[in-house]
Amino acid sequence: MARVLVLGGGISGHTAATFLKKWLGRSHEVVVVTPNSKWNWIPSNVWVGVGGMSREDVVFELAPVYKKAGIDYRQAKAISINPEGSATSALPFVSVEYTGTANAGSKEDITYDYLINATGPRLNFAATEGLGPDCGNTVSICTADHAVEAYEKLAQVIEEMKKGEKKKFLIGTGHGMCTCQGAAFEFTFNVEHKLKEAGVRDNAQITYISNEYELGDFGVGGMHLKMGGYITSGKVFAESLYTERGVRWITRAHVKKVSKGKIDYETLNGDMKEEEFDYAMLIPPFAGAGMKAYDKNGEDITSKIFNPGGFMFVDADYSKGAAPFEDYRAEDWPKYCQNQTYKNMFAVGIAFAPPHLISKPMKSPNGTPINPTPPRTGMPSAMMGKAVAYNIKDMIQKGATEPTHSARMSEMGAACVASAGKGFFSGSAAAMTMYPIVPDYQKYPDYGRDLNGTFGEIGLAGHWIKHFLHYSFLWKAKLKPFWTIIPE
Amino acid sequence: MKLTPYSQNAYTPVPSGFTKFRRNCVPWQIVRFIAINIKMTMLILKSHH
Repeated sequence: MARVLVLGGGISGHTAATFLKKWLGRSHEVVVVTPNSKWNWIPSNVWVGVGGMSREDVVFELAPVYKKAGIDYRQAKAISINPEGSATSALPFVSVEYTGTANAGSKEDITYDYLINATGPRLNFAATEGLGPDCGNTVSICTADHAVEAYEKLAQVIEEMKKGEKKKFLIGTGHGMCTCQGAAFEFTFNVEHKLKEAGVRDNAQITYISNEYELGDFGVGGMHLKMGGYITSGKVFAESLYTERGVRWITRAHVKKVSKGKIDYETLNGDMKEEEFDYAMLIPPFAGAGMKAYDKNGEDITSKIFNPGGFMFVDADYSKGAAPFEDYRAEDWPKYCQNQTYKNMFAVGIAFAPPHLISKPMKSPNGTPINPTPPRTGMPSAMMGKAVAYNIKDMIQKGATEPTHSARMSEMGAACVASAGKGFFSGSAAAMTMYPIVPDYQKYPDYGRDLNGTFGEIGLAGHWIKHFLHYSFLWKAKLKPFWTIIPE
Repeated sequence: MKLTPYSQNAYTPVPSGFTKFRRNCVPWQIVRFIAINIKMTMLILKSHH
């Protein structure tokens, strides 16, 4: 009997664990270690943040779902990996610390035959002084609880605006190295929509602040679309939407410090500026889970397994990390998400170390990096989780010595539906696809992407799709009938 | 919306009234709902290796 240990129960980890258990059956063990007791459909947190959904609409208890599936669920956080075992254990293992109320603080070493690291992001609010809900200056929608707080504060501000007060809203990225601009984009327009519904839009000045070089970069170097007889940069459509909805924008910005009602930020040309706000939602940069790694003799090998950000090395070409942007290639990106030193270890979603940025690296004259980092959430992370699950299944059941399925971000596309306001008849969303996610200028020399697989449009249909996806992915994650036919 | 000359938003395209109407026209959006789902399904099929 083989044991597959999955670290993390988010979109990629949950996908990998549930498919593996279905395919491997009772003959093999699937263990999921995650510090959370609940699964969160994160894309809908934006609606929780504007009061369009409740916390309960976007989360569910993991324990009953894993019990039904036959998955061994441990509510714990992974502390360290011993990929060679130790003096007392011949098998590799992960040291975990339990976080559930019944056994909080107790520790255990869990051995494994195969390991999937799907730990997702650590929200690194500490990277920017004064950032995040704990400091009380800004809100976040990165977790369901954060989103609840974001709405409570938004509702207070709306009440004050109803009395005639003018308010300044600041939404965007809280550091020069953030990813997930899409979430900030969605929240910007959902707040704008909410203010309009509340009849207080005229009392609001809304500003979007971002580390993107231009609007529409989204950490993937932007994209080009065929529309209206032109091949046009997504920047044009993004700026059009901001203009149409009366949202001012600041790009190429690194937020250095957040204090009560004010941010200090640096721009790409080195200027130091300030921006005042009454309500701010700023996304933090992401870091890895912060696990350590030790060899059989107890020597610290963390730097061989993880990059300085805490993301796990896999089969990417890391020699390109310092190469100029023009030398970036599609094949730099990992094909199998497999660690090359310990081939029974895989990392998916946010947890794997990207070889380099997708957007062009930029620095201010002061040496401050101001560029989006690569997005690895949502659809691509689930596809990586499923591909790795396939590979491990084939290794266990068919004795495959090499991975059989790939999930390279430069060979897969992504569909993204970015909400711009909730309402069955009044809502809208930008529905986009891009193929591939990482531009491949060797295969598609003009624009880096296949323009037949890359498109975008805004409208009510996009909102219906986002709403439909909310229910269908929760259905799938709860392993309800026919869950396997819902694509990643 | 009112254009402010030489401001940030003075150089961007904005949707015409007809474009805005189409974005919320339910029969047209039903057509687009189907079309976008087909496009996304094609993309998903192309992305699995």
